[in-house]
Amino acid sequence: MVLSYRDALNQAMREEMRRDEKIFLIGEEVGYYQGAFKVSKGFVEEFGPQRVVDTPITEAGFTGLAIGAAMAGLQPIVELMTMNFGIVALDQIVNNAAKIRYMSGGQLSVPLVIRGPGSAAHQLGAQHSQSLESWFCHVPGLRVVAPATPQDAKGLLKSAIRDQNPVIFIEAQLLYGTKGEVKEGDYTIPLGVAEVKREGRDVTIVAYSKMLLVALEAAEQLSHEDIDVEVIDPRTLKPLDLPAIVNSVKKTGRLVVVEEGWRFCGLGAQIAESVYTAAFDYLDAPIVRVTGEDVPMPYSRPLEDAAIPDVPRVVAAVRSVCGVA
Amino acid sequence: MPDMDKADFLSLYRQMLLIRRFEEKSAEMYALAKIAGFLHLYIGEEAIAVGAIAALRPDDYVISAYRDHGHCLARGSDPGKVMAELFGKATGLCKGKGGSMHLVDLPHRFMGGYAIVGGHIPLAAGLAFATKYQKLDLVTACFFGEGAVPSGQAHEAFNLAALWKLPVIFICENNRYGMGTPVQRAVALYENVAEAARSYGIKAERVDGMDVLAVRGLMRTVVDQARAGQGPFFIEAMTYRFMGHSMADPSHGHYRTKDEVEEHRKRDPLLVLKETILNNELCVESDFKQVEQDVTDVVASAVKFADESPFPDLATLHHDVMAEE
Repeated sequence: MVLSYRDALNQAMREEMRRDEKIFLIGEEVGYYQGAFKVSKGFVEEFGPQRVVDTPITEAGFTGLAIGAAMAGLQPIVELMTMNFGIVALDQIVNNAAKIRYMSGGQLSVPLVIRGPGSAAHQLGAQHSQSLESWFCHVPGLRVVAPATPQDAKGLLKSAIRDQNPVIFIEAQLLYGTKGEVKEGDYTIPLGVAEVKREGRDVTIVAYSKMLLVALEAAEQLSHEDIDVEVIDPRTLKPLDLPAIVNSVKKTGRLVVVEEGWRFCGLGAQIAESVYTAAFDYLDAPIVRVTGEDVPMPYSRPLEDAAIPDVPRVVAAVRSVCGVA
Repeated sequence: MPDMDKADFLSLYRQMLLIRRFEEKSAEMYALAKIAGFLHLYIGEEAIAVGAIAALRPDDYVISAYRDHGHCLARGSDPGKVMAELFGKATGLCKGKGGSMHLVDLPHRFMGGYAIVGGHIPLAAGLAFATKYQKLDLVTACFFGEGAVPSGQAHEAFNLAALWKLPVIFICENNRYGMGTPVQRAVALYENVAEAARSYGIKAERVDGMDVLAVRGLMRTVVDQARAGQGPFFIEAMTYRFMGHSMADPSHGHYRTKDEVEEHRKRDPLLVLKETILNNELCVESDFKQVEQDVTDVVASAVKFADESPFPDLATLHHDVMAEE
């Protein structure tokens, strides 16, 4: 069936909440408002306000509360209205959620999903347009997921909810309305497994979340120039499915990594390092990264467009690794 | 006193003395470099942990900050496993992964010590949220110092606990100093720090934190209320830290005078209880000597156990970072 990314997320949570009463949704405007981006539409009507918990605007407080509830055996889904607000809850995420299992010598578990949209939408300004996945990926004790398609969104969210670890689940405002074919019924997609989204033999592009769509469009354009691009979506950023990327690079000998986040210390740097270590001898050219610019996101549309990777930049990067001017 | 009972009073005395002697021995072991890192002693504050926890059921939740040995021992943790954790040994409560500030003992429902000031208070609200969600008649006792009261996370947790009538008892151990800064220079309403909770509609009361019977008496009343669904309560227990903030601050320091410390030592919680017992002719001096001997033996065997235990196998370094399937 064809579903929007938004409805796929809605279905994933709805099916899981029907399955297990320990699961509850908590966050700003998740209940009667139906979710700031309408992801939890109909939830408070079906599950009631005890399980669809509207909160005051206190991300540290309610994220911490959810972590405590997880320690006591519940399985919270925390909706952050945007991932930017996760910065306010970062102490809870980094110092508590990620460390409690380890610090307790394995006695305590924090089965928890923290989900919401990351990355830029259109002209939302510097504080609402950030791609913070590399921050979360840096912290031991967290899983990080960033699906790009409705099918992946549903299957991965269900796996994230069932996982016994804290999972940061990064959506995107500009993906909520996108549509795609979604499998019928109850299916899951395992965390930590990449997918080849387009097969090719000349060059590999690794891209996730919104940037997958940019990469696929670039690949399509390049096919007209006789450059055959393979596009891989890691889908889960941590743990990263490095073998899938390495297998592709062994075939193509060339790698372009696309990410919307800032360049310096960005996730692409880690992916490049991992590939250099695992497959240096297979590379025919240095790895090229296409990233967001190292600036706070500007408001003005032309400036904003200049700060975010787009199809022409990905096309140019692929041409450069292929030695085509 | 309505419930005067020799065995009961001696049990309270024994628990406080166990904490006192355990802490003195910890300081000794720190000097011998058997214990490293930060070591925050609870000496002078024993009546609060012992009195408050004595009013709880074994299945209620307890959570604390970084000065947590006393709460853990009062909860019934094996002193040998606590000492082994301070030694960083494999047999420690947390297999040597936590240390002094992060003791956890799940079987005793001691949900941990946390070392970001104020950061565990939302967790306490979450434990209480979970028990209410599961319709269990459990309460959560959350210990912190007066230094945590002005923190944002404390306020967010107070608001959520009051808003949702969560069964949590906030126990503020007001020892008058946040490290070296007196409460007068840290909390605007320093003469009544409980106003922070009252401003959210939480009932609050001050108690003599040097009097274990007073602490237990108040706790029994408010625990019953919380268990019956009346929501959170804030106890301000007035106490004094006889030792420095940590072993890096071993004496009275520059921020307080020796005379001030000596003045407070006159109301040592052990002396206060002993005087009550003797005044009521419940025990004779030899009873106390027996307790002293017992406790000395327990602490000696805790040290022996810790000392003879192995350090963790290096293979465990990566264990318990994530829950694996």
